[in-house]
Amino acid sequence: MTSTIAITIQNISHHYGERAALDRVNCEIISGAITGFLGPNGGGKTTLFSILSSLLPIQSGNVEALGFDLRTSATTYRQRIGVTFQAPALDRRLTVQENLTHQGHLYGLGGRELAERSQKLLEQFRVADRCHDVVDTLSGGLKRRVELAKCLLHDPQLLLLDEPSNGLDPGARHDLWQCLEELRADRGTTIVVATHLMEEAERCDSLALLDGGKIVASGSPSALRGEIPGETISIVADQPEELRLRIQEATQVDVRRTGELLRIQQADCQELLHDLVSSFSGEFKTISLGKATLEDVFLARTGHRLAGDE
Amino acid sequence: MAHTELFHSEAPPSSRRAPAAWLGIWTLTRREMVRFVRQRSRFAGALAQPVMFWVLFGAGLHGSFKAPDWATGEMSYQEYFFPGIAVLILMFTAIFSSISIIEDRHEGFLQGVLVSPLPRWGLVVGKLLGGTLLALLQAVVFLLIGHAMAALGLAPPMSTAPGFVNAALLMFFMTAVAFSLTGLGFIMAWKLDSVQGFHAVMSVFLMPMWLVSGAFFPAGETGFLAWVIRLNPLTYGVAGIRRLMYSGEFPLPVSGALPSLGLCLAATLLFAAVTLTGSISVSRQTVSRKSSRAARKRK
Repeated sequence: MTSTIAITIQNISHHYGERAALDRVNCEIISGAITGFLGPNGGGKTTLFSILSSLLPIQSGNVEALGFDLRTSATTYRQRIGVTFQAPALDRRLTVQENLTHQGHLYGLGGRELAERSQKLLEQFRVADRCHDVVDTLSGGLKRRVELAKCLLHDPQLLLLDEPSNGLDPGARHDLWQCLEELRADRGTTIVVATHLMEEAERCDSLALLDGGKIVASGSPSALRGEIPGETISIVADQPEELRLRIQEATQVDVRRTGELLRIQQADCQELLHDLVSSFSGEFKTISLGKATLEDVFLARTGHRLAGDE
Repeated sequence: MAHTELFHSEAPPSSRRAPAAWLGIWTLTRREMVRFVRQRSRFAGALAQPVMFWVLFGAGLHGSFKAPDWATGEMSYQEYFFPGIAVLILMFTAIFSSISIIEDRHEGFLQGVLVSPLPRWGLVVGKLLGGTLLALLQAVVFLLIGHAMAALGLAPPMSTAPGFVNAALLMFFMTAVAFSLTGLGFIMAWKLDSVQGFHAVMSVFLMPMWLVSGAFFPAGETGFLAWVIRLNPLTYGVAGIRRLMYSGEFPLPVSGALPSLGLCLAATLLFAAVTLTGSISVSRQTVSRKSSRAARKRK
């Protein structure tokens, strides 16, 4: 991995009417790495994604990507990027092959070159046997694979993926990420992922946590997790507030509640876990012990959970 | 997955060069045609209904129809209505083609085109050409069906006689009318979030526009309605098609109620230029956020 900067985002703000979706966001995205924007729905990541994919105009601030100013050189920039949206941008009435052919034409590819690249990509994404099938007959996972094949036809330097695991089963998610990692390693493609899933965020080289239109933390997943030392006990209960007060009273430790989830953080939680299991057995649905997760980092930075906030 | 071979391919594809817009335009036009062929109900909707209108209204209103002054010989209502139905078919097909922009947006396909290097004008031209060709094809099928029915005695005889050169001119003229209507549909479809909304616009705007174009009843030379008809750009489309149909041996006389061919051509080309410019202009506006959300929710 090199330390070249692929994208520089400077003071980007974006409003929908009165509502600020992005508020003076600053960020640098490393070339040849997988960078994730992690945040809840409504946190601003899709707006930022839309700006990076040149779908939304820049209202305020600047973005320089792959050496191009997005305000002035969007068309040239578009030749070098591949974008996958949450909903596959496929024509469901056309066949897989027809979708790829149209995509190739939009990017100036044609003839033998297009046919060969389509064939190779469809084989590599294991959809070559469905190339004459109408897209509507494919499962969500297969559609996503076709979408990825389509986006890679013109060999983009930058790949932007919005919630790439949407509609994929665990096996297909694994395949997708393996493919992204190979792209990064073999072609040096810069990959930007917008996600609200922890497991996707963990696979990124670098992360920016977005909430309320602002970047609340950034760094590698391990560095971010390292912000919260010690261990965490997580408890899911039916009566969380009542249980929280009783645990605090009994153990004199600080118990934080978010929804039905209770969390206790301290250097060594093993003995406390044992006490809680024996004293409050039957009062919780689940109890678990682990190192801090990105969810904990998000919670610590924002005061609310990543999931289920919208 | 083993991706090694592809990702190690040495030469980047030729897409690093600025892609030619014509290839993108051609691909979008072709896509419209393929989609149309795969949705046979569209063909029925855009052709069968107008043919039924022509036969039923023609038969029903024949008795109460008084041929306009400029009519040559004995003009039945069906004969009068014939160019109007051709325009209705152009309109239906053009509009149905434009509606697919809403569908493209909801399904995400449009976003894929918007982030491609194809300039916005290329997107517009590709979409409009697709709709135009489909509309022209259906109108020609109708003209052939109409004449075949008249020849077989299934419809009253018609004295239309365009001649070879004017038949070619008629094709050109109908292309211009279809292009302008597809453009009008594009402008509205880009602004609307739902197909239902588009149908509402169709009912309160497009159908009345067709009704007061001289397609359904002859325009008078005075009065409020005469002015509405004169100001309606579709009037010149209907009149131009009518004139070209009779422009062979016995052309229709020049009359205040039936604009000249030159005026029809100028007005129609102007209408097409205005809707094309309008379409390119709206296509540069951001796709509505509501629609983008709808696309995501579709998942």
